Amino acid sequence: MGEVNRAVALGRKLTKLAFALTLLALVTLLGALSGCREPPRGIVVWHPYRGAEQKALESVAQTFSSARGVTVTLLAVPYDAYAAKLEAAIPRDNGPDVFVSPHERLGSYLANHLVAPAGDAFPDVDVARYVPTAVDAVTERGIRYAVPLASKCAALYINTKLLDEAPATLDALARKKGTLGAGVFPLVYEAQTVYFHVPLLHAFGGRIFDGTSYAMVGPEAERAAEKARDLMATGIVPPEPSGDLVKQLFASGKAAAVISGPWLAGDLEGGVSYRVVPLPSVEGAGKMRPFLTVDGAFLTPQGSTSALARELARFLGAPESADVRRFVGKQDVATKSAWDKREGHAPTADDAVLEAFHNAASDAVPMPTSLAMRATWVPAEQALRKVVRGEGSARAAMEEGLARYLDVMRPLPAKRPSPAPLVSLLGLTLLAAAFYAVKRARHPGFARELRASKPAYKYVLHSALTLMVLVVLPLVAGAGTSFFAGTRDAPQFVGLTNYIEILTVRGRPLGQWLSHGSFYLTLLVTVLWTVVNVVAHVSLGLALGLLLAKPYLRLRALYRVLLILPWAVPSYVTALAWKGMFHRQFGAVNAILVALGAEPISWFAKFSTAFAANVATNVWLGFPFMMVVVMGALTSIPKDVLEAAEVDGATRSQAFRLVTLPLLKPTLLPAVVLGSVWTFNMFNVVFLVSGGEPDGSTDILVSEAYRWAFARNAQFGYAAAYAVIIFGLLALMSRALGQVGKDKSEAKS
Amino acid sequence: MSSTEAGPTSRASPLERFIVNALLIVAVVYALYPVLWVISLAFSSGSTPSLRAFPLPHDVTLDNFRVVTGWGDTAKSFLFARQLMNSLVVSLATASMAVFIATPTAYALARYEFVGKRSGMRTLLLTQMFPGVASAVPLYLILDTLHLLDTRSGLVLVYAATAVPFAIFQLRGAFLAIPVDLEEAAMVDGATRTQAFLKVALPAARPAIAVTALFAFMSAWNEFILAATLIGRESAFTLPVVLQSYVGEYNTSWGAFAAGAILVSVPVMALFYVAQKQLISGLTSGGVKG
Repeated sequence: MGEVNRAVALGRKLTKLAFALTLLALVTLLGALSGCREPPRGIVVWHPYRGAEQKALESVAQTFSSARGVTVTLLAVPYDAYAAKLEAAIPRDNGPDVFVSPHERLGSYLANHLVAPAGDAFPDVDVARYVPTAVDAVTERGIRYAVPLASKCAALYINTKLLDEAPATLDALARKKGTLGAGVFPLVYEAQTVYFHVPLLHAFGGRIFDGTSYAMVGPEAERAAEKARDLMATGIVPPEPSGDLVKQLFASGKAAAVISGPWLAGDLEGGVSYRVVPLPSVEGAGKMRPFLTVDGAFLTPQGSTSALARELARFLGAPESADVRRFVGKQDVATKSAWDKREGHAPTADDAVLEAFHNAASDAVPMPTSLAMRATWVPAEQALRKVVRGEGSARAAMEEGLARYLDVMRPLPAKRPSPAPLVSLLGLTLLAAAFYAVKRARHPGFARELRASKPAYKYVLHSALTLMVLVVLPLVAGAGTSFFAGTRDAPQFVGLTNYIEILTVRGRPLGQWLSHGSFYLTLLVTVLWTVVNVVAHVSLGLALGLLLAKPYLRLRALYRVLLILPWAVPSYVTALAWKGMFHRQFGAVNAILVALGAEPISWFAKFSTAFAANVATNVWLGFPFMMVVVMGALTSIPKDVLEAAEVDGATRSQAFRLVTLPLLKPTLLPAVVLGSVWTFNMFNVVFLVSGGEPDGSTDILVSEAYRWAFARNAQFGYAAAYAVIIFGLLALMSRALGQVGKDKSEAKS
Repeated sequence: MSSTEAGPTSRASPLERFIVNALLIVAVVYALYPVLWVISLAFSSGSTPSLRAFPLPHDVTLDNFRVVTGWGDTAKSFLFARQLMNSLVVSLATASMAVFIATPTAYALARYEFVGKRSGMRTLLLTQMFPGVASAVPLYLILDTLHLLDTRSGLVLVYAATAVPFAIFQLRGAFLAIPVDLEEAAMVDGATRTQAFLKVALPAARPAIAVTALFAFMSAWNEFILAATLIGRESAFTLPVVLQSYVGEYNTSWGAFAAGAILVSVPVMALFYVAQKQLISGLTSGGVKG
């Protein structure tokens, strides 16, 4: 009996503890922990640098810190999270005072009020200090917004063993094909990536953005795209060239020349002898001019009020700091004095590369900073890839690119819609809910039911509170933005317009409702994606779970641990490994196919194969989860039930169908529902493996929503409306699935 | 474990055993192949993925691991150790908090009828359907209001809250699969409902609790977007954030990235190894048989 008493006491304690935890989490922490935050700091600097660049920046900051007696705290933020972190922190005054960023984001920073004019961090007397193109890059409407630190642009690396001298023209380089040895390409560059296509585009007199709108149309753009296609079709440039392939082929001497940026030099230690020259010209056209990006030191609105922060920003660009960044950080610094000839300084190979980039930069075109510029990348890339794949004429592809850009950038509704439809919709919903609640409450049994529910509430209350604050509230807030359009800076209430535009495919005629980029086409792909994946996950997970339960397995523990591997290794690494395995020429999957005597496949050139590649990756990532769920569920099936079935003469398949499966169902069904939901929203795989290739056709609804938010002029409202629609669809789907589950279980009992 | 499971061994024919093992080996090859690529990358010098059919590292080296752990640089190694500790503490706290919050609720949803049960469960499911990207900024504001920004407790709270809905579903399923007769028998013997929950249902659900905790641990262990957004001090970063910083705008240190990924995976594997013993003990313990 003593044990029972102890258990009662324990039970009470646990319940109390649960309440205490809730209070701790949701109320007490409000005040009690406020003292734990960092005390007011010196100057905080955020940057995306690592390696040598980081070291140089740290050293410069240290110099400033000891000279001025102020603490300078540097924080290296991962590039992928950089923009989101700036946007979240700066408006709440939790951001840095100074941050380092490429200049082309200026438009977006201005729209979100993340930067202040540089002011006396970059006074007029300093203008002569910097390279003119770098000053242009950080200037918007005559106001300087950052201290220019370093430039990055593409140039030509040539392998000095394979090429005696720098090729005068692109065509001269192309004619080297066949004279360089087996398996050696004359030129490797990311021909399908717009950033690396731009030099060619500039050579033919085209451009991607004219200051206000998309401009990759017309004969110049067509000729440039056709040139890229011909380079690949004739085997001068290898197929599907990625950044890693460029690195790999050049490092192993399989490329006579590559187009890349200064970052490549750091990866080429030893091994290959090379030098860097500006990009060549194209015969019958002009010079290839790459885009220039300039890293600048920006002041946040908060930082611009601090004289010390402004002083630090100015100091980062000063001659003594520039020398450190050049010689320690190996940067192509924008400060002119760093490039003066030095007495007694013996130039190294690194210096030569840096100088070459410095020279190449003087010819480069600063990347436009406008927010609209960011919306050009995806349509331009899809158009370029279409030409390179040889689908249709270049003119059609270019015009389609423009149409896509205009579709994405359609203007905000001219007149403000009245909030009446939305308000009445919300009002009606609330009214219905209230009516339902009152009806329920007035039901004679309700008070009794409520009393009977009291013991259950004891178990539920704390989790209900936690979920309300940390899960439901953020979601509702997120959904709220779907009634607005425009950027975050100037949100404009548009009522239900976003929804109407999505569901009517932005006003296209009914015949085009299944055309490219339409909601309905993407929905079909998403449904197909979900069904294929979930079926594969469940059958594979179930099969492996059952196989692993075989009593005679000697290596069970080993099998289990090995099969769990895909789930244990972080998916953002393995998804990229899978992408590499599906490469046309160098991927492992094609290597296996060739070894088996089959033809290699261009996996990302067709919808079917690109989709299959995505599915292979996602099944690989997801089956261990189902397997573990099945294994867990199998352990809670009492053995004697199965033994009893056996005694009763059930065959194995009967025992599985009639005993095991029904007993697995309570655990399996929620896993299947949740698995479907997760697969429906599986952003990572689609984004990392196919990236929507070809032509955005393998995009699912979530990756489409992501593009609206981040690649298409930051239309967060539109993206949020997508998210709400996804939510609604899933709610319907799970209702249907839940109904299926309920009917059966009720029929049985 | 073979001694407890040796019973029906005699029934399986050699052919069946062969087929079962062959199938499992095929599955293991599928599971292992891409991982071998990551491993070979981590041990290769240079930072470029090698593009061959068979994943063998070229110029085997430990350099990448040295880079990640800051070998030879005391301050950097110390920081790495600290970040490893952050990851461990945050993930363990997330797992225990998620289980702690979810278990009583799951039990109530499995065994009680109460007002609001169905709408509550529907809401729970609905929370899983909203694409997560949308809630990062609102979460930031909430944590800022609670003065939990930049703290590990804030991160744990967010992670646990996101892990709870799934944990509730998982555990509710487990409680439903446990025959209710066991608890009823205990209650006939004079136990209260709370006792029945603590002394009968909870031990029987142990394997499911272990799996649920593992899931919560994993989700916290691998997450980096929220961690990078909500934490603003290098000494409070978790490992995935550090890992992600090897991916640059223009180029990626693949070798270091892969080496870091392996370091990040090892504790999960170890944990699974421990948890799988727990699963097996659930199978053979007398708890379920009653």
